[in-house]
Amino acid sequence: MAQLEIRNVTRCFGDLIAVDNVSLNVEAGEFFTLLGPSGCGKTTLLRMIAGFDLPDSGQILLDGKDLANIPAEKRPIHTVFQSYALFPHMTVAENISFPLRMARRSKAEINKMLHVALEQVHLTDKASAYPHELSGGQNQRVALARGLVNRPLLLLLDEPLGALDAKLRQEMQIDLINLQREVGITFVFVTHAQVEALALSHRIAVMDQGKIVQVDEPAKLYSFPKTRFVADFIGHINQFEAQVVKPSHGHLCLAISGLGEIIAPPLEGVVAGDKGVFAIRPEQVRISAHSELTELKNHFSGVVHDLLYRGEVSLYKVKLANGAMNEALLPNSAPGRAELFEVGDTVNLGWRHDAGIFFHD
Amino acid sequence: MTDSGHKHTRAARLAKYLMGGPPLLFLLLLFAVPSVIMVLASFRYPGEFGGLAPLTAADPNTLQGVTLETYQFFFSDLIYIKVFIKSFFMALATTLICLIMAYPLALLIALSPKKNRNLMVLMVILPFASNFLIRVYAWMIILGPQSVLSQLVNNFLHLFGNAPVHLLFSPFAVLIAMVYVHLPFMVLPLYSNLEKHDPSLLDAAQDLGANGWQRFWRVTFPLSLPGIFSGSALVFIPVLGMFAIPDILGGTGDMLIGNLIKEQFIGTRDWPFGSTLSIMLTIAVLLIAWLAAKLGGHRGHYA
Ligand SMILES: Nc1ncnc2c1ncn2[C@@H]1O[C@H](COP(=O)(O)OP(=O)(O)O)[C@@H](O)[C@H]1O
Ligand SMILES: [Mg+2]
Repeated sequence: MAQLEIRNVTRCFGDLIAVDNVSLNVEAGEFFTLLGPSGCGKTTLLRMIAGFDLPDSGQILLDGKDLANIPAEKRPIHTVFQSYALFPHMTVAENISFPLRMARRSKAEINKMLHVALEQVHLTDKASAYPHELSGGQNQRVALARGLVNRPLLLLLDEPLGALDAKLRQEMQIDLINLQREVGITFVFVTHAQVEALALSHRIAVMDQGKIVQVDEPAKLYSFPKTRFVADFIGHINQFEAQVVKPSHGHLCLAISGLGEIIAPPLEGVVAGDKGVFAIRPEQVRISAHSELTELKNHFSGVVHDLLYRGEVSLYKVKLANGAMNEALLPNSAPGRAELFEVGDTVNLGWRHDAGIFFHD
Repeated sequence: MTDSGHKHTRAARLAKYLMGGPPLLFLLLLFAVPSVIMVLASFRYPGEFGGLAPLTAADPNTLQGVTLETYQFFFSDLIYIKVFIKSFFMALATTLICLIMAYPLALLIALSPKKNRNLMVLMVILPFASNFLIRVYAWMIILGPQSVLSQLVNNFLHLFGNAPVHLLFSPFAVLIAMVYVHLPFMVLPLYSNLEKHDPSLLDAAQDLGANGWQRFWRVTFPLSLPGIFSGSALVFIPVLGMFAIPDILGGTGDMLIGNLIKEQFIGTRDWPFGSTLSIMLTIAVLLIAWLAAKLGGHRGHYA
């Protein structure tokens, strides 16, 4: 049995359906992420799990028990808020021991658990500081420790890294993974940043306009998105209008107007003439100045239109014969830019016949 | 720094003086100078018909017409200290009652939808639209022996075989009017503090296991202490010096410091003793303010 079960939960604000018939199962000990663009209903769903809001219909169960009649303060669920919501009049130690005092634990127990929590987030030397005396990253760790210290069954995290700068964010991601593994508490993590979701999660649920679109492991979600929305939202993807020429068991033959025919991975249930979109990740597109890409089934020539040097990779935007843009990523494995294409250069593009994905309209 | 930068800062400094100057001058002329005069006056003898006796120094090495007599007089008779203590308790009671009444009201306003708040604040300060004395005299009618309230109270007392009481001209009447007049001074600072509280703190407290009562005592109340302190100062200090309300609604025994001081200047025309009483009042207020700052100061930093 899943630890957290969300069954057909719907929540409306007037005409707006903020959460639309959502069903999810989260297993004990899992790092589960709700990923979706801003305004898709993530916070609303989280608030219902925490108990600040009630579903209009549907059920939320924790270890098989319906939470409907349990107020927020009685649920063994704690939240790390996006704004941290630390108590400004309390020291770090007072903030972290707050849930312990609310649970009426003994003094000795409080001291012991506080000590452990402070160690876990490396804040032992800041125990008597006030939140306004700490940096954003430190406050974020206080919020985390405060959420974890009383060992809830479930920790909800609402975009907890949103306010940190890029470098700190990455460090906190690693800390978060380690911390979750260490404490073994189920995390439900909310974010609109797909990189974060991919890096942290055991499983990700992609949300769009109140609905769950796909639930999968990060690699599956990235490689086999079920819809164009998911493909586009998780990382970047090149898209071409395409029409099925001939479906066969081993592969799919697609026609892209102005470019010609390509070979794509097979897809069940399509017939000749079906229209849709063929999508391929930039890192799956190879780029070369010579014509050696002809060994690939799918290859075209184009002109470099833009280039973005990103340090570890270079991104080339190549304009194809039909006017469509195709992005290709090239790792900068040698010092400088690996292959020095310039804007205006004619280049060859190609990808394997088993790369890419066709979305049937 | 560039030339234009210099000009800019010089112009800014000039503007600062131009804007700060007049109020500063005002305070200097009408507050600092009179205070000094008062301190000096407290060391003199009263004049025959009010004012101060002339300084008659036959010998320039002795100080004639200068004396500590008023201060000795103040401490020689317990009656003055008693009036101070009575005034202190009146101010304390008024402050506490105002606080107990104002807190729920301020909280109610702060938790109301934004569009209603301004109207509610307006209603709190609306009494200021009518004259202070008229509002105090109104209590004379409300508390008078023929008033509905008095009759209700006395009928009730009669039921249990108690003698009738006079509501008017009593410490009770003074206290009621003090609370009535000063209540807005407690509501406003409390409201402006409570309104700024981050609602997510209460969510966090509830999330971490605090029930409604604990959320109030552990989050809302400690965060509102700065508002409580400024509201209390705004009530306590004026009540301590108030003379009009005890004059109008109090009995002969309900004299407070304010009445005592007023009596020295207008009645017995003893300016030096009046000055001494004023100075003692100022010292008492400063002492209390200092104590309050010591008690509340270390908590103020986060607000
Ligand atoms: N209390 C509320 N009243 C009205 N609309 C709300 C309320 N809370 C959220 N919404 C709306 O519901 C939608 C989902 O919001 P939210 O759950 O905060 O999205 P997310 O967290 O994914 O950014 C938004 O369009 C938001 O404006
Ligand atoms: Mg949100």
